[in-house]
Amino acid sequence: MLSFEPYGNPTYFALLGVALLPLMIGLLYGKRSRLYETLISIFFLVLTFGGPKWTQGVALIIYILYEVALTWGYAVYRKHQNSGPIFYLMVILAIIPLTIVKVTPAVENGQASLIGFLGVSYLTFRAVQTMMETRDGTLKDYQVMTFLQFMLFFPTISSGPIDRYRRFEADYRSVPDREKYLGMIQKGIRYIFVGFLYKFILAYYFGTMLMPKLQVMAMHSRGGFMDLSWPVLGYMYAYSADLFFDFAGYSLFAVGTSYIMGIATPMNFNQPWRSPNIKDFWNRWHITLSFWFRDFIYMRLVFWFMKHKVFKKPTTTANVTYIINMLVMGFWHGVTWYYITYGLFHGCALVINDTWLRYKKKHRASVPHNGFTQVFAIFLTANMVCFSFLIFSGMLDKLWFH
Amino acid sequence: MDIKETVLGILNDLTGNDVSGAMDDNLFDSGLMDSMGSVQLLLQLQGDLGINVPVSEFERSEWDTPNKIIAKVESLA
Repeated sequence: MLSFEPYGNPTYFALLGVALLPLMIGLLYGKRSRLYETLISIFFLVLTFGGPKWTQGVALIIYILYEVALTWGYAVYRKHQNSGPIFYLMVILAIIPLTIVKVTPAVENGQASLIGFLGVSYLTFRAVQTMMETRDGTLKDYQVMTFLQFMLFFPTISSGPIDRYRRFEADYRSVPDREKYLGMIQKGIRYIFVGFLYKFILAYYFGTMLMPKLQVMAMHSRGGFMDLSWPVLGYMYAYSADLFFDFAGYSLFAVGTSYIMGIATPMNFNQPWRSPNIKDFWNRWHITLSFWFRDFIYMRLVFWFMKHKVFKKPTTTANVTYIINMLVMGFWHGVTWYYITYGLFHGCALVINDTWLRYKKKHRASVPHNGFTQVFAIFLTANMVCFSFLIFSGMLDKLWFH
Repeated sequence: MDIKETVLGILNDLTGNDVSGAMDDNLFDSGLMDSMGSVQLLLQLQGDLGINVPVSEFERSEWDTPNKIIAKVESLA
């Protein structure tokens, strides 16, 4: 049976084009066929999770039923009652499968968990978010069918972008007018073609041509200070470029396909390499993930800390929460020393960055601000980020411990 | 005290700036506000005006200038 990585090869794109054509004609004539959308969603989900990967498919089905039961149950409960402990219990239950998937390789010598499947983390973000908005009372009208469409929306199922229930629902329940939709098609197609350039040319060059060579060279050049060498530096930049072009390319495919389906899935990247500081970087890199962390972890924790007056100074609250927030992000990537160090690194970077921004605000007159400092800030930020990606890559683990 | 004055007072405190001269300037782009400031704003609104805004109601694009914030608070009051 056929089986594909999403957006992995030309056949996938050819099938995508054929499947989307009737849907596009429908939208152009002001019609959205739920039935047809559901059918092609199932078709592409079977392509991704069927055939040789059928165990993942089974895991996905069980997982979805579990999360539907939790979110639906909570939505019904929330209509009548609103107890804190119940809410926390539901959130914990919702993240248990993801926790098992993330912890299993660390305790079972790299063995992947049986309940895992491609995209389990992205689905968990969506489910938890739905629950939190239900708790806040901002999401009042939870619908099982909409929730299923939201979770199983095939263009973004495997690696995001992470949409929001209410935003998705508004798009999904309406049909864009013809002029707007034509604009969306145009954008969507452009995104997909930029995605080709990113993923199949640039990421291929950096990731498949360059990185393996640099890795071999780096392993041969060990013995110096902390086993570092020029090839390690080269690897750092090649890895960072590969990470960016590969993921930004994938995201462009996912957003482009969504647009063609009349759904304005939010963008994941916004010129991250021109950020003048780390704080700004996280507003531009993997945006839907970092905003998810901002809205559902950082802001909530800060709110809770401040309401209960846990720390005296707001700056302490902010700093502690930065570290927690980024550590959670590190753990989410996987339970290895380098992912956790990566999280800690970014937590500390945000603390330092914030301290500097406060200092700059206070001493505005004496801190120079010109073209040169701007270029320097961008250069420094990009290099700090690349260094953090070197940690993230696991290359140091190979250099030091293998 | 009316809502506009109260909100401006809170914003001036939070940003350490007098924002009343730039009512349509984006507070996040200028770096005067961030997530931390947003939460402080929500807590202050709760304390000073008794307006409850859950964090998930805080859509940044609807709260990014002094004028927008005042309009938002007036609609919730």
